[in-house]
Amino acid sequence: MVKKANAPDHNKLVSRRSLIVGGLQVALLGGLAGRLYQLQVVDSDLYKTLSDENRINLQLLMPLRGRIFDRFGYELAGNRQSYRLVIIPEQVNDMQLALESVSRLVVLSEDDQSRLIEEIKARKSFIPITLRENLTWSEVSRIEVNAPYLPGVSIESGKSRFYTFGSETAHLVGYVGSVSQSEIKKSEDPAFSLPGFQIGKTGIENRFDDQLRGQAGNRHVEINAVGRVIRELQRDDGLSGDDHVLTIDIGLQQYTMSRLGNESAGCVVIDIHTGEVLSIVSAPAFDPNSFASGISKQEWDSIIENPRFPLNNKAISGQYPPGSTFKMLVALAALESGLVGANTTHFCEGHIELGDTKFHCWKPGGHGRLSMEGAIERSCDVYFYEIAKRIGLERISNMARRFGFGSLNGIDLPNEKEGLVPTALWKKNNIGESWRLGETLIVGIGQGYLLATPLQLAVMVSRIANGGIGITPKLVRAIHRNGSFIQESGKAATPMNIPSEHLAIVKRGMERVTNSPTGTAYAARIENPRFAMAGKTGSSQVRRISESERELGVQKNEDLVWKERDHALFVGYAPLDSPRYAVSVVIEHGGGGASTAAPIARDILMEVQRRDPANHEDLRIPISAQYHNINSGRKNS
Amino acid sequence: MNLESGFYLQGPRFLERLTKINWLFILLICCPACIGFLMLYSAAGGSMDPWAKAQIIRFGIGFFVMVAIALIDIRIILRFSYWGYALSLLLLLAVEILGSSAMGAQRWIAIGNFHLQPSELMKIGLILGLARYFSGITHENMSKIRVYIIPIILILLPVGLVLRQPDLGTAVLLVLIGLAIVFLAGIRLWKMLLCLGFLVGAVPIAWQFLREYQKVRVLNFINPESDSLGAGYHILQSKIALGSGGVFGKGLMEGSQSHLNFLPEKQTDFIFTMLAEELGLAGALGVILLYLLIIGYGTFISWRSNITFGRLLSIGVIVTFFLYAFVNISMVMGLLPVVGVPLPLISYGGSAMLTLMVGFGFVLNVWINRDIKSIKRQGYFPVLNMLDSKKS
Repeated sequence: MVKKANAPDHNKLVSRRSLIVGGLQVALLGGLAGRLYQLQVVDSDLYKTLSDENRINLQLLMPLRGRIFDRFGYELAGNRQSYRLVIIPEQVNDMQLALESVSRLVVLSEDDQSRLIEEIKARKSFIPITLRENLTWSEVSRIEVNAPYLPGVSIESGKSRFYTFGSETAHLVGYVGSVSQSEIKKSEDPAFSLPGFQIGKTGIENRFDDQLRGQAGNRHVEINAVGRVIRELQRDDGLSGDDHVLTIDIGLQQYTMSRLGNESAGCVVIDIHTGEVLSIVSAPAFDPNSFASGISKQEWDSIIENPRFPLNNKAISGQYPPGSTFKMLVALAALESGLVGANTTHFCEGHIELGDTKFHCWKPGGHGRLSMEGAIERSCDVYFYEIAKRIGLERISNMARRFGFGSLNGIDLPNEKEGLVPTALWKKNNIGESWRLGETLIVGIGQGYLLATPLQLAVMVSRIANGGIGITPKLVRAIHRNGSFIQESGKAATPMNIPSEHLAIVKRGMERVTNSPTGTAYAARIENPRFAMAGKTGSSQVRRISESERELGVQKNEDLVWKERDHALFVGYAPLDSPRYAVSVVIEHGGGGASTAAPIARDILMEVQRRDPANHEDLRIPISAQYHNINSGRKNS
Repeated sequence: MNLESGFYLQGPRFLERLTKINWLFILLICCPACIGFLMLYSAAGGSMDPWAKAQIIRFGIGFFVMVAIALIDIRIILRFSYWGYALSLLLLLAVEILGSSAMGAQRWIAIGNFHLQPSELMKIGLILGLARYFSGITHENMSKIRVYIIPIILILLPVGLVLRQPDLGTAVLLVLIGLAIVFLAGIRLWKMLLCLGFLVGAVPIAWQFLREYQKVRVLNFINPESDSLGAGYHILQSKIALGSGGVFGKGLMEGSQSHLNFLPEKQTDFIFTMLAEELGLAGALGVILLYLLIIGYGTFISWRSNITFGRLLSIGVIVTFFLYAFVNISMVMGLLPVVGVPLPLISYGGSAMLTLMVGFGFVLNVWINRDIKSIKRQGYFPVLNMLDSKKS
C-alpha cells in the first residue's frame, strides 16, 4: 500500500516546481519594485505637482473698493458692513423645520424658500447657502439671540457699496452694479468672475473703475477630495482700490440739489481759476443705493417712466440752445473782428427785416438805441441780429469753439455730450441744405442749431470771468494709493488770447444785467457789494412763435403746457471785484431765465461764497464749523 | 473506518512541538503587521481609533489561532482537510442565502460583531482540499488526465459561488491558487497548458456573471483614459499619491492625498498607496522586501517537509500570501484592475487577517512536523482507491 519508492522522486519534482513558483514570485515582486522606482523616483516631480494641484485650491479674495470723498473729506461712496444670513445644510437635521424657524424671525418669501430647496439639493452640503442678503440690524439681532436654537444658521458679514448722500450725488458719483457675462469675457481682471463682484456703471464709479476696483487678493487653501477647505496655506490680501478725493463740496452740492427742488434741471458750479467743479447737479435724481443693492421692479419702473428722465445727467448730457447766454460770445467775436467797436450802437425798433422775413426782439416795441454793454444788459435780440449779420457765422462759431462749445470739455464723467456749433459745412453734410443768412441771425441770439450743455455754459462763463484763461473742468483733487497721496494736477490752462479790453466790455455788460435797474436780472441781484454777482439770463424757445400769435400777443410761459415752455438759463460769476466762482443753471421748460433761473443761480453763488473759508470772517461764521481739512476728514475709515 | 490505525506514527509529542515552533517565521509575520498598525494609526490622523486598536486585537486573536493550529497534530489536519473544504463551501453557500449586502455585493455573514467573509476562508479550504487530494495520488497516477477531474471540480465549485456574489478578485485568486497547487503537485506541463487554454476559453462565460461595475472596472483598466473622473479617477489619484511620495515620503500623517480623501478606502485596499506616499520608496520597498522574506522562508519550510501534504499545504498558503500582495500592489499602481484584494497583514480587515493567520498556522505546523517521513495515503474517493489498489 505504501509507495515509498516514488516519494523522493515526487518530492524532487515538487521542490523543483516550488523553486519555479518561488522564482516567479520574486520576479513579479521585483517588477513591482521597478514600477515603484519609476513612479516614485523617475516621475516623482510630475506626481508631486499633480498632488499639489489636487490639494491646493486658489481662491480669489474680493478687493475693497476705493472710497470717494468730497473736497473736505466727507465720504460720498464707501463700503458698508453688510450682513447676510446663511445656512450650512450638513449641520441641519430637518431643513424644512429650520427654514420655518428662520422665517419666523426674518421674512423669507415663498419664492426664496423654493429657490433655497433647489440650491441645497444642487450644492455640496458643507457650502453655505445664502438665505437673505442685506439684513437689517434688528434682523441680525433677532437671529443672533436665537442662535442656539438655529443650528447651521449663521450670519456672514461682507462689504457692500454705500452712498452716504444718496440721490444728492447720484449722477456725479454714479453707482456700481453686477458684472455681465460679456464684461467677464472682455476683462482680464480675474476679480470679475467673483460672485457678487460689482463694477462702476455710471459717474465717477464708472470713469475711475479701474483705479477704484483694486486688485483681487488670493489665498491658497488646502482642500480635500470633495472640496472642503481644510486650512489656509498662504494669503495675499490684494490691494484695495484707490480712494478718490473729489473737488466737490458736498455741502454746496446738497444746497444746489435742494434749491433746484422739483425742477428738471442741470447746474454746475466751477472755481474759475482752477476749473475745480464744486457742484454738479442734475435734477431730478434717484437713489444710487437702490442700484447698488439690486433695484426693485417698482422703483425701476417709476424712474424709467418719469418724463423728466432722472437717469440722465443733464449737467453734462443735456444739450440746450444757450439762448441769450450766448450773446457774450457773439459780442467777443464782433469785437475781435474789428467790424464792431465797443462804441458801436444800434437802434432796436423791436424787429429787424431780412428779405421778407421779420426777426423779432423779445421786447415788443424795441429797446431804442443801445451800446454793446447795454445790449448785453437788456439782452437785446435786434442788436445781436445786427452784429451777427455783420460779422458772419464763421467768426461766431470760431469764438464759440474757443470757449468750449461744440466739443467735449473733458470732465471725468462718462456720457459727456459735445453740444453743437453749426457751420455751413455741417448743415450741408447733416441736413443737406446750404446755410442761409437768416440762420446766422438766429445763431446770434444763441438759438437755431446751436446746442450746449450746462457744463459748457459754466466753463464758458468761467473763461470770461477769469480773464480769458482756458481752464477745463476738474473733478478729482487727489488720489490715495497704497497709503501715498497723489495730487491731481489737472490739465494746464493756457490764455485764450482774448484782449482784456474786449472781456472788460462783456463783463461790464454782465455786471449791468444784475446790478443795473434796467438789467434783465436786476431782481435777482446780490445786494451785498462784497458778494455781488454778474451774469446773463437766457430763455431758449422750444417752439416756434407764428406771426399770427405774435400779433395777438405772445402766450405767456405759464399758460403753456410744461413741455412747450422755454428753457430758463442763467450763467453768472461772483464776486464782482475779484471773481472766483462761476455758475450755470439750466431749468428745462422753466419759463424765463430772469424769473426762474437767475434767483436760483444767485442763491447758489451766495451759498458758495458763504461756504468759502476766506469769507467766514465777514460772514461771522466760526471756522471750526465750516472748515474741514482733507486728512482730518477721513473719519469714516 | 479506523483511520488512526492507517497512519504511520512518527510525529513529535505536544511539548516537543511547542519547542519546535519557528519563532523566526513568526517574527517575520509580525513585522508587516506592526507596519500595518502604524499605517492605520496614521490613516486615522494619529489615533488608535477607529482602526489601529481593532486591528491589534484581531491580530492578537489571529496570533493565538495561528499558534494553536501550529500545535495540532498534522495527521488530524490531514484527516479533517476535506471537512475544512466542505465547511468553507457551506459558508460560501450560506452567504448566498442569508448574507447581508454591502457595496452591492454579498460577501460576508455577521457572527456577533464580526463580519466573516467566507470567500477569504475558502482560500484556505481550497488549499486544504487540494493538498489532501494530491497527497493521496501516486507519482504514476499524476500522468492520468482523469486524476484532474476532481481538482477542477474542487476549484470551480467555490469559484462559481464567489463569482455569483460577485467577487471577481477572490474568484481569480481562487483559480490562481488552485492552478498553482495543481502545478506544484506535479502535473505535466502540456496538461497545465491545456488547463490554461480551458480557462481562457471560460473567460467570455465568466464575463456574463460580472456585475456592471466590475465590467466597468475591467474595461476601465484596459483603457484608463476613457474615464478619468469615474472609476479611473481612483487609480489616477493613487498613482499621484505614490509618485508624490518620492524616495522618503511625506512623513507619517502628512500624506496629503490620503488624508484629504483623494484615495478611496485608504485603510483597506489602498493602504499601500498611503504607505508609499507617507514613507516613500524606502518604506514601500521595505514592505516588499519583508514579503519576499516571508515568501522565501515559507518556501524553504515547504522544501523541508517530507510529505506531499505538508509541502502543498505550506506552499499553497505562501502562494496565497504572494497573490494577495502582488494583486493588491499591482492594483494600486494601476497595473491590474481594482478588484478589492487587501494588502496581506497590513490592510484593515478581519477576514483576510484571520485567513492568513490560519494559513501561517498551517505553515508553522508543517515546519514542526517536517521530519515525518510518511503518512499513509487515504483516498476518500472510491474510484481512486481502486486505482491505487490495482497498482499495488
